[in-house]
Amino acid sequence: MNRDETLIIDSGGANVSSLLFAFERLDTPARLSNDPADLARATRAVLPGVGAAGDAMARLSASGMDLAVRAFQGPLLGICLGMQLLFERSDEGDTQTLGLVPGRVSALKPSPQLPSPHMGWNTLQSLRDDPLLAGIGPDDWFYFVHGYHVAADTDFPSLLARTDYGTAIAAAVRCGNFFGVQFHPERSGQAGARVLRNFLELR
Amino acid sequence: MLARRLIPCLDVRDGQVVKGVRFRDHRVVGDILGLAERYRDEGADELVFYDITASPQGRSVDRSWVARVARVLDIPFCVAGGIRSVADAEAVLAAGAEKVSVNSPALEDPSLIDRLARRFGSQCVVVGIDSAADVSVGPATRWRVHRYTGDVRRSGEADRDTLEWLREAQDRGAGEIVLNCMGSDGVRRGYDIAQLTAARDLCRVPLVASGGAGEAAHFIQVFRDAGVDAALAASVFHSGELPIPQLKSELREAGVLVRPPAPKSAPAQR
Repeated sequence: MNRDETLIIDSGGANVSSLLFAFERLDTPARLSNDPADLARATRAVLPGVGAAGDAMARLSASGMDLAVRAFQGPLLGICLGMQLLFERSDEGDTQTLGLVPGRVSALKPSPQLPSPHMGWNTLQSLRDDPLLAGIGPDDWFYFVHGYHVAADTDFPSLLARTDYGTAIAAAVRCGNFFGVQFHPERSGQAGARVLRNFLELR
Repeated sequence: MLARRLIPCLDVRDGQVVKGVRFRDHRVVGDILGLAERYRDEGADELVFYDITASPQGRSVDRSWVARVARVLDIPFCVAGGIRSVADAEAVLAAGAEKVSVNSPALEDPSLIDRLARRFGSQCVVVGIDSAADVSVGPATRWRVHRYTGDVRRSGEADRDTLEWLREAQDRGAGEIVLNCMGSDGVRRGYDIAQLTAARDLCRVPLVASGGAGEAAHFIQVFRDAGVDAALAASVFHSGELPIPQLKSELREAGVLVRPPAPKSAPAQR
């Protein structure tokens, strides 16, 4: 495998194409795989995900990818549900998740004032400097779409940035080589492309 | 805080973008890819591609353009029209769309909403509702659902109350509702504020206003007075009369939070 290739973990979500196209626009090789052996050889990896936490975890364990992700040493970026899977547990179907980042995923409480899913463009409030968010400021907008979240009302060590939707939501996290973003960088215009480029430069 | 969204809607027929007045007399307004790129550059927050012929004639959209659009767009987009099954939706999402929108097929078989939400998650499932005032009860306080609105020969009233259908759709797992107010569609005298306000009061998922936009004041009004999350429009954008950067700056001046258009071809670097 190409040393500079990014491995996109096939977690069974239907929308991985948008991620592949985003890397294509950045002119960098990326490929989709659900083979743990591919992940073990990869320089870096992305864990995407749409749909329900339980289904995604079931698919990851069926392929053995859950173990391979836990053992992975390179930079790994979880996106949206992929970020949530990095945590210990999700209230969505009461699912045990990968346990790579301390914390728990819970449902947003919908109301006509604050509908759920949290859907659309929002900004970040940065809490810790990190190469993943280099060059990103309070005027950069990102596309979010999620009905579950990691609460960020109180700070926690892996929290890089949060976003405000009536309640504080974890928007970017990092625990060692495991990174996660709740927004979709592949659909967040130039700001999203910057985050992906930052990720590609991580060593 | 979350920005209000502006969503140009591209009605697609035979691979071309078309627009009719009051759902009739469609004429070609441009090429899909060209318009998609233009709106991306102007700062549209999202795009909807709606194949208005697919549903009435019982066939699926020609999906070759979905992947072409997904390649160039770095903003989300939704595909509507002819999504009748989980397999139809899967094909569109696999080609790179963020969301699918279902309308007439969900009226025929409401369980389609449940199945789509279970397979892809609610965030991928938009339910479009074409709705008009029930004139039999006098001034507009009740609205009824219409279906097959892309086809003059088959379009008609479905036997459903709009607000009841909206409630059922979200209970079944819809992640967003697009309420297309037919009385105001294409005539550009403003969104149907009464109907959208009634819908907002019971909608726990994002609500998108559709039908009636003709000038910036209409957008300001629908965000302020009806509290919708997003406003969808077609001809006012396609004609170039109301450029999105100008509309966004008017919205900001009016105190409506929107994402500013990206600076031209400047990378997000500082």
